[in-house]
Formats: sequence, C-alpha cells, structure tokens
Amino acid sequence: MAKQIVKMNLNGQEIEQLVDSRTLLVHFLREQMNLTGAHIGCETSQCGVCTVDIDGESVKSCTHLAVQCDGCEVKTVEGLAEGGVLHAVQEAFYEEHGLQCGYCTPGMLMTSYRLLQDNPNPTEDEIRIGLSGNLCRCTGYQNIVKAVKSAAVKLQQKESATA
Amino acid sequence: MNAPVKTLEERKSELQGMGDSRLRKEDARFIQGKGQYCDDIKLPGMLHMDIVRSPVAHGRIKKINKDPAMAIPGVHAVLTADDLKPLNLHWMPTLAGDVAAVLADEKVHFQMQEVAIVIADDRYIAADAVEAVEVEYEELPVVIDPYKALEPDAPVLREDLAGKTEGAHGPRDHHNHIFTWEAGDKSAADDAFANAPVTVSQHMHYPRVHPCPLETCGCVASFDPVKGELTTWMTSQAPHVVRTVVSMLSGVPESKVRIISPDIGGGFGNKVGVYPGYVCAIVSSIVLGRPVKWSEDRIENISTTAFARDYHMDGHLAATEDGKILGLKVDVVADHGAFDACADPTKFPAGLFHICSGSYDIPSAHCSVKGVYTNKAPGGVAYRCSFRVTEAVYLIERMVDVLAQKLNMDKAEIRKKNFIRKEQFPYTSAFGFEYDSGDYHTALEKVLDAVDYKALRAEQEQKRNDPNCPTLMGIGLVTFTEVVGAGPSKICDILGVGMFDSCEIRIHPTGSAIARMGTITQGQGHQTTYAQIIASELGIPSEVIQVEEGDTSTAPYGLGTYGSRSTPVAGAAIAMAARKIHAKARKIAAHLLEVAEGDLDWEIDRFKVRGNEEQFKTMADIAWAAYNQPPEGLEPGLEAVHYYDPPNFTYPFGIYLCVVDIDKGTGESSIRRFYALDDCGTRINPMIIDGQIHGGLTEGFAVAMGQQMPFDEQGNLMGNTLMDYFLPTAVETPTWETDYTVTPSPHHPIGAKGVAESPHVGSIPTFNSAVVDAFAHLGVTHIDMPHTSYRVWKKLKEEGVQL
Repeated sequence: MAKQIVKMNLNGQEIEQLVDSRTLLVHFLREQMNLTGAHIGCETSQCGVCTVDIDGESVKSCTHLAVQCDGCEVKTVEGLAEGGVLHAVQEAFYEEHGLQCGYCTPGMLMTSYRLLQDNPNPTEDEIRIGLSGNLCRCTGYQNIVKAVKSAAVKLQQKESATA
Repeated sequence: MNAPVKTLEERKSELQGMGDSRLRKEDARFIQGKGQYCDDIKLPGMLHMDIVRSPVAHGRIKKINKDPAMAIPGVHAVLTADDLKPLNLHWMPTLAGDVAAVLADEKVHFQMQEVAIVIADDRYIAADAVEAVEVEYEELPVVIDPYKALEPDAPVLREDLAGKTEGAHGPRDHHNHIFTWEAGDKSAADDAFANAPVTVSQHMHYPRVHPCPLETCGCVASFDPVKGELTTWMTSQAPHVVRTVVSMLSGVPESKVRIISPDIGGGFGNKVGVYPGYVCAIVSSIVLGRPVKWSEDRIENISTTAFARDYHMDGHLAATEDGKILGLKVDVVADHGAFDACADPTKFPAGLFHICSGSYDIPSAHCSVKGVYTNKAPGGVAYRCSFRVTEAVYLIERMVDVLAQKLNMDKAEIRKKNFIRKEQFPYTSAFGFEYDSGDYHTALEKVLDAVDYKALRAEQEQKRNDPNCPTLMGIGLVTFTEVVGAGPSKICDILGVGMFDSCEIRIHPTGSAIARMGTITQGQGHQTTYAQIIASELGIPSEVIQVEEGDTSTAPYGLGTYGSRSTPVAGAAIAMAARKIHAKARKIAAHLLEVAEGDLDWEIDRFKVRGNEEQFKTMADIAWAAYNQPPEGLEPGLEAVHYYDPPNFTYPFGIYLCVVDIDKGTGESSIRRFYALDDCGTRINPMIIDGQIHGGLTEGFAVAMGQQMPFDEQGNLMGNTLMDYFLPTAVETPTWETDYTVTPSPHHPIGAKGVAESPHVGSIPTFNSAVVDAFAHLGVTHIDMPHTSYRVWKKLKEEGVQL
C-alpha cells in the first residue's frame, strides 16, 4: 500500500508521519497518534462521535483521509484544554450533566467549540441545529443544549474580562 | 482557637450523600478524551478480526474458498465452522436454552449471519480479506412472518432441531415453534369474559427495533499461551456471567479467565448477550497465541446483534358498563428470529411479560406467548427496560384506552376507577406479582393539575369543531407500573446462576474507601451514585469513595447491569455491606470511647456517647483505629462483602402525559408538551435521575415515532445504517418536563426502586396514545407504531381528513 508523508499541526504540535494513503483520519488519530478521544460510531457520517476541528471547521474524521490533512491545523478533544485548564465547553458539559456514557462527548465538545467560535451567542434553535450532526443516545440533548448555552456565557465573560 | 463547630446540615452536605445532586465523578476523563472504551485498547502484536457475512437470509452453503483471502499479505487465518468443529465451538448455547451457530454450519438462517472470520495485521487488510473470501450459497425459501412460519407446510428453518418435540420451555408442536408459555388463570379469565357486559379486543404489533448504542460491540481477546490465561476486554453489560460462559465453552478454568468491561459507550440491552464475534476473537487468540481485536461496524450491529420486541399481540378486556375491568386476556406471537437467544431469566421465556395487568386491580387474567423461529437475526433483549416489560405496559395501556373509547369514558377517569389503591399495597396481582408500594391516584392528580388537563381537553374539543384548524390535537396519558430489579434467585437465574448482586467495600486507614461491584455502568453514573449511598450509610464524603466495576478479577461476582437492576439489587448490596462495616465501626467506637455499644448514637458521620455531645468518634477516627488498635477479639481492618438476593422485585411507576399536534396536510407530528412524573422510590441523585429520564424519554420517542427494522420478502433488512434507522437528533427531540413523587420500596434497604428504564417503558405508549387520540373522534382505536410522518399521512388520507 502506497505510503505518504503527512505534515500537520496536531493540537499545537507540528508533526510529520508516514501514512497509508487510504487511512482514514480517525484511524490515524486513534491508532497511529494514540489520540483515542475521537470515537467511531457509524460508517455513514451520521453519528458525529469522530468530530474534530480542521482549519476552523468541524469535520467528521471517519470520512476524511489522513492525507487530506497535509498542511492543516487539526484540533481534537485532547487539545481543547490549555495549560491544564479546561475549556469552557468542557466545564459546562460537566456542570450541566451534559454527558452520560461519554461516547459522543468528544465529538459534541468539538462541534460545540466550533459552533461557539462561529456564533458566540446562539439561540436554543441555533444550538439544536448546530448540534444536529452529532447523535447522543443517553442525554436526550436537553442538558447538552444547556451546557452549550452556559459555555457561551462563560466564553463571553472571559472575553469581556480580558478586553 | 478551636475551628468553628459545623452544623449538622453542614456536615451532612459535605458528605454529598443520598439526595444530593452532586456532579459526576466519572466525567473528568470523558470530557478530556481519556475514557477507555474497548476499541481504545491496543496491545503489542495485536491482530484484527473481521467477519464474512451471508448476503442471503436462508440458504445452504455449497462451498467456501479461502485461498484468495489467504493470498493477501498480512492475512494470518481464515476460519469457518469446519475449523471450529474439532473444538466443538461451531455452535454455542444461548441464554434461552437453545443453541446458536457461532459460524454458519452448512446453512445460513438470516441475512448477515456470520459465515467465516479473517484475522489480519490491521483492520484494513482484514476488510480486504473479507471481500476476497468466496462463498457459494444455494438459496432456500425465506420466512419472515411468524404467522406464516407456523403454517403446516412452512419451510423448515432449524434442520438441526429435526425430531425434537421438546424444547427448553416445554413441547414444540411445529418445526418452527419454540415454546408456548402461559401465566395467570385461564378458566377464571374465560369466566370473567363469559359474564361481562362489555368486552373489547385489539390486535397490535410492537415492531422489531434495535437498542443501537453509539458504541458498537467489540472485544480484545488476549490469550497467554505460557500462563494459560485468557484476558478479554469486552463491551459487556454482564462480565461475570460472560466469564462463566467463556470458561464453559473454552475449557479454560474460570480462575484463568479474566473479563474486563472497560468504559462502555451505552448498552441499552444490546451488550448483554454473548455474540459469535466475541467467541471467534477468543478462539482466534487461543489458536494464534496473539491478542485479537474485533470491532463491529454499525451495519453489523443493527443487522445481527440483539434486537428487541417484535411481539404480535391480541389483547382483550372484559369490563362493567361503567368501566370497571373484570378480566384481561392476552395472546402473543413472538418473533424470536433464527435462534432463541432472548436474554431473560431462565424460567421466563417471555420475560416478565405477565406484569401486563399494569397499575390496575384486575381480578382475573391470563396470557399466552408463543415463540416462533423466522429468518431474522436472533435476540430479544430488553431495550432499556426490564424483561419484556415494555411490551406488557404497551399492551395494557393501549387496551385501557381502547376500553375507554368504547365506553366513551375519559382516559384519566377510567384509570382512577381501576387503579390499585394505596391501601391495597402490598398487592398481589392476578398473575402473582406482589407489588411492593404505590400511590397512583396522588401521582395522577399531580400531573392532571400540572398540565391543566381540563383546559387541554376543552382546547381539543374546540379544535375538533373547527374545520379550519390545520392540526389534529391528541392527548396521550399513560399510568404505568414496571417490575424491575431481577431478581429473587428462587425464581430468577441466568444459566443457573441466581440473579443476586454484590458489593465489596474497603475503608482505608485514612478514612477514604473503595467499593467494588458486580454491576457495570454504561452511562448511568454508578461511580457517583454508589459512592453517595456509602457516603450516607457510613459518613464518608462521596468524593473520596472510589467505585470500581467490570473487572472479574477484582470485583465480586454479580449478574451485571440491565433490566434496571443496579439500584434495586446492587444498590441494596452496597447498603448491606456498608451496614456490616457500620456494625463493626460501632464496636470499635465503643472500645475507643470506653462505653457500651448500646450507649452510642449514630449521627451523620460519627458515633456519639448518648448524653455527652463532646464524646464522639468520627468514621475517619474509627478507620484509623481499625488498623492499629482494634478491640480485643476483633480482627483488624474495616471491610465487608455482601451478596444481596432480593426478596422481591421493585415496582417503580409513573404518570406520563403528552400533547401532540399533527399537521393535517403533511402528517408531521409535533410534540407540544411531554410531562413525565416518575416515582422511583428513594432518590439518590436527582440530577442523574433527571438525566436518565431525559434519555429514556428520547429513546422512547425514537421507538414510537420512527424506529423500525423492515424486512422484504427475501429477508433483506431494509434499514441497517444510521441513514435509515431513526436516532433522533437535537432538532427532532422534544423538550421534556419532569416531576416526581416518592413512594419508597418497603423491602429495599434504602427504599430505592430504580429509574433508568421507566421513561422508555412509559413514554412509548404515551406517544402512541397521543397520536391515536388525535384520531379518536374519527372512531380510530389503535394505530401501530412507528408514527413516521408518512405513515400518519397515510392514516389521514385513509380517514378522509381534509386540510
């Protein structure tokens, strides 16, 4: 199988790796880079448990080749907290009981992270539509929506504190 | 200066014990991507297994050619049933007393059945090899309708059972018949019907659905040929029973088998059974002497691992003219698929379906369930419910609505009239269940008041009279009782192992603690709620109590987590183990304080000398003393184990009300309001309870409004991906309103009844009741689920509803 060198910025680190051209990004992250936060729940891009952030967009890493990330900036759930401090979305999911089995959580967090970057003050409808590419079987979404609202407030408070 | 003395309230709240909505102890790892699920496990030298599956639903295997697959570099082995035969592992026993093929032995019985396995260096090569294995089939006639399966000239599905007229649950009277199971008193029920002024009947099909947790099934099997030890990480809701089964199948002594359920990405019943994939991965590891991983994909998960329901039910009620129910009769044809692999207590092939008299005082009742083989995948698990309780609750709630319609009675009124009254508890039903406690009337009144039921009915009346109204309004009401917490081992066992559960608690010298349990959390939050029980029992903050589950080498033997049994059974084991420690702690405290045990009073976190507030020993003091100065005659240490065999089931109940608006033009249903009152007895963590209820209601919404597993005449499953199989997103999911009453279970040590499954069990008939109610003024008494827009639109057309 043809292998290619892929260079990317992964969670702030420049990396260079040799990968099979057909390797999916999610397998590259999980098996080659040992970042098992992104999960696998389907093979049809429905469930969103594999969601990561690539160059400022939410991407389902199960339907994306690792080689497509050459030269990209990739962020996974493992890169959300900075300097040992949880990101606002992580804090909010914990505080609002926005997770149960935890399997959808990394994808939910990454989608929520991007959603709030793009729309810092979303309405409930915007949150529900924004999360519609991520499935959860445990929570019924009610506390996830609450968590995203709470994270929005936290981020705005942080913003105004540093402004 | 002395530290300020803490108030009782402060000391209690620092424990974060029962009743506290404390945040979850398990979350830190999940929000940082540090959970450890089965597919996250990577061992040195690990190989990957994939499965060759049948494209046909019924056929004879003429030939299997492994050579093209073996020629692919990186492929280590291709195994078929013929390779497993010398080990006698090509068939395995099921939990229901039948056998199931591990790999298809000469015949395939359902589409996607396991035919061969390949083991390769990585999952990509394994997938290539699966494509390369050549299998020739001779197609046979397919039976997917259980009624047709019972016709005299129906094709014989299970040739391996030829001539067997006796099954695990009694006589078989047809080649596709598995069992007929009955409960209640038939002649008493017949008498009630013969003399009743009013009778109603309704046929209904509870469709085949799939629990579909977001994590599929999988395992990593690692056999150490030097030590002869087998370690397997597995997505299992019942690791201890799996260890017993694996030991029995493989011949490896149980002491050398270690099953570890790591973090589990949702179970909902899907991860109770032992699947061919697990067995094949274990065999592969033993044969190859290397670790082997198997990770199922979603299509495999929906197509082959345990489905739920598929009950064709005929319900009958006999009643007086003013709506007092006199008798209940139920006949069920149960489609069990190709092998009887239902996960039920051994003596109950239809689970606890005989809870189908519901919350009502019905003097006579009888039910009969006939299990049938078809060319579909095996299974029959409890999908977020106790064994077949969802089917039972659906049946009785539908029937009560049908009777109300016939008598032109209000749904709430007929229920009030027939409820088991508060003073009748403990109440023995016509089927023999002893309901522990309940107060249905109070709970119903609370819900009717909260939603202003009268106003809703008035609005509905007004809308029905308005020809220009663009919607049909329906009000669903369900007043359900569950039976959970299986169960008393005198009647409940799995493969001969009684359905007790267990807890081991060890208090460390510095006053923190570890508890190990026979259950396994899959999102329910055991690591938090179990710690809360211990906190309240022993006065140790829940924050410093670690809860471990899932590793058979460290945890005491338990039957696992399904059927809402964790709190009713394991939760009781915790309290009992804690009380053993408490009793020993009292002896140590008496020794330290130099008083008699009888002179001590327990208060939140300490023993006090009665009448002398200043003299006390906290549990932390006692823990330290237990390890350095125990009283003479008392062994050092502070730990206890308890195996709890429940004296009875628990009976949580709830009152659910749903308002739906159906678009007359499109058939789209909009859930305007869903009000869920649950009574699960003592509440351990209200935040977690609410979360469980939100999730259960959402799964119920999915079942009622969209989930189905349709098969065509050739036995092809027409929707086995998440493109087709309905899992609601945040957009479709309604907003839930929750409420509660508290009626503790009198026989449970902390009065808790279990909650996680009530919202699933109770909500499905509520949605159904609401949709049917929208059509009730047109004389419609029942509509089968799922209520997709297309199916509702067809009903609108059928009933001549004009926009």
